[in-house]
Amino acid sequence: MNTILKRRFFDQILAMFGREPKKPVQISPPAQEIHLYKRTTNKEKLLAAAAHAEAHMSTSHKWRNRRWAVLIAANLLFVVSFYFDIQILEGALTGSRFVGFHLIDLNSALQVMLAHKHIITNLVIGTATVFVFWLLFGGRSFCSWVCPYHLLAEWAEKVHLFLVRKKLVIDQPIDRRLRTVFWVVFALLAIATGYTVYEAISPTGIVSRALIYGPGLALLWVLAMLVFEVFFVRRAWCRYACPIGLTYGVVGIFSPVRIKYTLEGCFHEGNCRKVCLVPHVLDTVIKGRAVHTEVPIGPDCTRCGLCVDVCPTGSLTFDVKGLSKLL
Amino acid sequence: MEPDKPEDEPVPVAKPTGKVKPPPLSLSKRQALRRKFLRTVLLTGGVLGAALSGYLPMVYARRQRLRPPGALEEKDFLASCIKCGQCVQVCPVQAIKLADLVDGFGVGVPHIDARDQACDFSCDAVQCILACPTGALTYTKPEFLPVRQGTQLAAKPILLAKEKDAEPTLNLKERMGVARLTRPELCLAIKGKGFKGQARGAAFKGRMRYFKVDRWKPIPVAEHPYDVAECDLCVRECPLKGAISIETVYAPDGTQRKSPVVHEPCVGCGVCEMICPTETASIEIVPREVWRT
Repeated sequence: MNTILKRRFFDQILAMFGREPKKPVQISPPAQEIHLYKRTTNKEKLLAAAAHAEAHMSTSHKWRNRRWAVLIAANLLFVVSFYFDIQILEGALTGSRFVGFHLIDLNSALQVMLAHKHIITNLVIGTATVFVFWLLFGGRSFCSWVCPYHLLAEWAEKVHLFLVRKKLVIDQPIDRRLRTVFWVVFALLAIATGYTVYEAISPTGIVSRALIYGPGLALLWVLAMLVFEVFFVRRAWCRYACPIGLTYGVVGIFSPVRIKYTLEGCFHEGNCRKVCLVPHVLDTVIKGRAVHTEVPIGPDCTRCGLCVDVCPTGSLTFDVKGLSKLL
Repeated sequence: MEPDKPEDEPVPVAKPTGKVKPPPLSLSKRQALRRKFLRTVLLTGGVLGAALSGYLPMVYARRQRLRPPGALEEKDFLASCIKCGQCVQVCPVQAIKLADLVDGFGVGVPHIDARDQACDFSCDAVQCILACPTGALTYTKPEFLPVRQGTQLAAKPILLAKEKDAEPTLNLKERMGVARLTRPELCLAIKGKGFKGQARGAAFKGRMRYFKVDRWKPIPVAEHPYDVAECDLCVRECPLKGAISIETVYAPDGTQRKSPVVHEPCVGCGVCEMICPTETASIEIVPREVWRT
């Protein structure tokens, strides 16, 4: 890892905690060369080429469909395990057993440990298993590939974007540092009150339990959040509030599974940034910003693959660190 | 991170800004920033308000809830429960319910409403404890956690259904509560009355394992009608050995009568409360109650 990418690596961690991405301080010579070429190429030709690429692009929902299938299957497995008593995946997303093997949600485990200040073996086993799993599979991929609230919010987002196009609402962004504040506040509340206060409002837990054990009034809170997201702030919960996302984001810092950006073929249309849940991780696709010819996307990325689907030039791809070397 | 060439010399593209003051923001931009700040405050207030509104009722909670067997003391129980419902899933009669928002004592925390569906130990082994991943329900409390005087059982309770097994006891060291004859004026046994029919009416959905009918399968209470000359349903259906009996008691004025009497082995499972045929249960579980001699 050279110094430029190392700097970006740390910048992206700070961006996850809420810092706004800045223009790069250094750009590697090969990347500079490409930036220069793109600047000096006849603009009309470049635009024509971009338009051509976009016109011939087949709108694909490959990764979205795969992701929705995985998300629905995972949550359905919980439901059928209980409903038909087949005991494959018992419990809910906060804590479960996969054919008898403990799995514990990292954020819930953290809340319990902070509140109870005592840790038992089963909790450690379950937490370690889940930790290693998401370390391998990309941290926040939990959000987009498993969390049931993510799917609801994705649908609410579609309604929101429709209303935006009709000029009925506007997205009103919020300070991203808020999520870090919430994370700290809920950790402190757990310690101070001795109760897992966050779990009372965790939409992930509420929706997961509602699916498995039947709906309850707690869903009203989830509904309120979705309404807020439709009419006021796009993806408010996932973007600006959810401490679970930050916990898994931290796990994903060292994850080998990520999205990779290749500078060379990119026309910088910015379609990827429009569909992205966390556009600050895609600041690198802005013209002149890429620090290297190939830039891995940072840990706040949920690996949802919407940008991969929407990119007309294939400049954004799923990548497993080290795998290309091995093959 | 990337298989890049280490010989790449970094070239600076932007000079460090140093002490140059940023230009003043335009009015519209300042307003936009202010609105963003206010929205941030709004979301902060909303989320924290919701979180604390879920917490506050617990602070003021007056009524104790009956927790599943092996639960830690209330405060530790609430702290350690991860709200996954695995205890709900293993219970053969689904006695355990998860709390909702309005219950105000922790969304997703398990409790038992004994009148609707008591814990009848038809799992034979307190499986909810076995299922709990965090130790909120536990066979053996860690040493540093408090054990109130009177919550320990003198001996492991003997389950009548498996009295003839090699291991007839339940692995339970502390009680969930204690049964109390809270409404003696309603009690049929005290009145000397019998009972005929379905204990809780035809519409009652509660289930129980009648081990003399089927050792392994709980059946609806409504499918098991009674015909007794003197009501002793609470004693008859108590799943534990020696926890309750009908005794002859003497009133202060010297008159004698029959009455259900709860004994030390009672763990507070709630079967007596569920089965009691009076309109309002004459006998009830006092959750977290200790044994007083």
